Amino acid sequence: MSVGRALLGLLENGPRHGYDLKRSYDERFGTDRPLAYGQVYSTLARLLRNGFVEVESEPGAGPERKRYAITEAGVADVASWLAQPEKPEPYLQSTLYTKVVLALLTGNDATTVLDTQRAEHLRLMRELTRRKETGDLADQLVCDHALFHLEADLRWLELTAARVQQLAAHVRP
Amino acid sequence: MPTEPLLVAEHLRLSFGATTALEDASVAVHAGEVLALMGPSGSGKSTLLHCLGGILHPDAGRVTYAGRDLTAMHDSERSALRRSELGFVFQFGQLVPELTCLENVALPLRLNGASRRAAHRSASAWLERLEVLDVAAKRPGQVSGGQGQRVAVARALVTRPRVVFADEPTGALDSLNGERVMQLFVAAARETGAAVVLVTHEARVAAYSDREAVVRDGRVRTVEYAR
Ligand SMILES: Nc1ncnc2c1ncn2[C@@H]1O[C@H](COP(=O)(O)OP(=O)(O)OP(=O)(O)O)[C@@H](O)[C@H]1O
Ligand SMILES: [Mg+2]
Repeated sequence: MSVGRALLGLLENGPRHGYDLKRSYDERFGTDRPLAYGQVYSTLARLLRNGFVEVESEPGAGPERKRYAITEAGVADVASWLAQPEKPEPYLQSTLYTKVVLALLTGNDATTVLDTQRAEHLRLMRELTRRKETGDLADQLVCDHALFHLEADLRWLELTAARVQQLAAHVRP
Repeated sequence: MPTEPLLVAEHLRLSFGATTALEDASVAVHAGEVLALMGPSGSGKSTLLHCLGGILHPDAGRVTYAGRDLTAMHDSERSALRRSELGFVFQFGQLVPELTCLENVALPLRLNGASRRAAHRSASAWLERLEVLDVAAKRPGQVSGGQGQRVAVARALVTRPRVVFADEPTGALDSLNGERVMQLFVAAARETGAAVVLVTHEARVAAYSDREAVVRDGRVRTVEYAR
């Protein structure tokens, strides 16, 4: 997730103060992980350096009274980001693979590692399913996306569990 | 969970010839909960479900329902219990092809002695609850897979059972339809207070449960609420 692009995108609605921008980011994208103020200001400083935003200072204002506005270059940057597909990332699977291999190497139960992960995945899937039930169409679509990804992870967990013996022989010949 | 479980399987063992389907399977189902049975193909999920529902008799071990030993019961007693307190939904509805959908749903009530009128009234209400009242007069062969499964769910719930057993109830449906069936199924079960034992290999279907148990090589690995 590119926080910079998200903040830029939010600025397309009009100039904002940093704290205002953070609030609106958290509302829309930050339900699981709200932004830290530090990150907001450091991101804005970077966008400023790159010429994607400019500052409209209010008379006699301190740093937190600065209003940020998106520039034409900023608008173009958001547009080209939106036009680019995101790279599919095997983010979690590599960590889990490491855990499974380590479990096998250290004589711990790899199947339990996998089943514990499954339980945690399912816990989150239940939560998303409940959120989906009570939410509007936008919530449903966002939750479904997450659910399909978690399901893919779970399939991998199941497949790996079925191959644990094989993997054990490979890891510890 | 604080209460006594409603349905308990202890150390079930069951072989089909040389194949051991259940090795040492134990699991407990609490009143009103939705329990998902997951696990690889051939691990013994359906066999366990059938033992829990009194359809199969284990070679060893015991199934207790509401304090009564299902495995020691007379066949007739067990069938009566199945008809009045248990419900079943399978991957392919298993509706009676010669009867209309309405008659299919009314059938369990008729078998339990209800009048035709009362049974049909109740069956209509259930079809409506599952959003398939419009297919009431059709035969199972004339409805879609999704509609058929909703009818099957209605038929399983019409007697207000205390436990509904479902084996891959959405296995033949696409995601959107499968999810709608699960939503209606689980919501209806929760309304009537029925426990659901649900066999599925789909995580998105299992996500409608309260808890899962994983069946591997004829044994159950339960991961209790870790948090
Ligand atoms: N009637 C039967 N006769 C012979 N073997 C059987 C019978 N029913 C099941 N089995 C065997 O018992 C084992 C467990 O079968 P079961 O149907 O319980 O698996 P399952 O977990 O439901 O699998 P799936 O996900 O494929 O439905 C399998 O090896 C299967 O071949
Ligand atoms: Mg099966």
